Amino acid sequence: MADDTLTIRFFARLREELDTDSETLPCTGNQTAGDLLAQLAGRGGPWQQLVDGQPVMIAVNQTMANARTPVHPGDEVAFFPPVTGG
Amino acid sequence: MADEVLVSEADFDPATEYARLRDSGAGTGAIATFTGLVRDSGDLTGVTGLYLEHYPGMTEQVIEDLIRQARERWNLRAVRVIHRVGTLNLTDQIVFVGVASAHREDAFAACQFLMDILKTSAPFWKKELTEEGEHWVEQKDTDVQLGERWSS
Repeated sequence: MADDTLTIRFFARLREELDTDSETLPCTGNQTAGDLLAQLAGRGGPWQQLVDGQPVMIAVNQTMANARTPVHPGDEVAFFPPVTGG
Repeated sequence: MADEVLVSEADFDPATEYARLRDSGAGTGAIATFTGLVRDSGDLTGVTGLYLEHYPGMTEQVIEDLIRQARERWNLRAVRVIHRVGTLNLTDQIVFVGVASAHREDAFAACQFLMDILKTSAPFWKKELTEEGEHWVEQKDTDVQLGERWSS
């Protein structure tokens, strides 16, 4: 994996409504997961739901995180709806 | 006996799982198991099946961490958790949690804890399938409350 990028992943309803399961974004440093959500929401359309829609859960490197969690080059950041297994 | 976490499209046999839990030595005096099934109504009525998505890798890590937490709270001899993914039909088995312990209190409590916390923290998502269409299941406040009762 390139050292200066982030892998973004989407699951379930978000994956369907955003019509993508993953993408790569540049990592500028000094970013949080919340900054990424705001950046993606700025694309408009279905992306706006990332900040003004139903709750979004966040994982960084496959560990539950929150909007204040810092992200670093090479991280895998996932956004998904509240979980409903079991 | 080592604990086991399995996430798979394949069905499982509760009798085999029970036998594996029973194989945890002569100190085991109690086994509690839970099996969850696909039913015909949830957010929608007339459900004909489910599609279950998960986050490969993270799912297993989260459940393994839940087992570690359960082992800190109770005296457990073996734990087995199986969760299916993919397309499931009505009455199919979805999830199995089995706990072997010396005593029933620990087995019952750990089994319930694992199911309650799995439901609100393991990255699985259910989509209900009906004749009219599909619907991603919403997380229930009652499930959140059942999870929170263990956070004392």
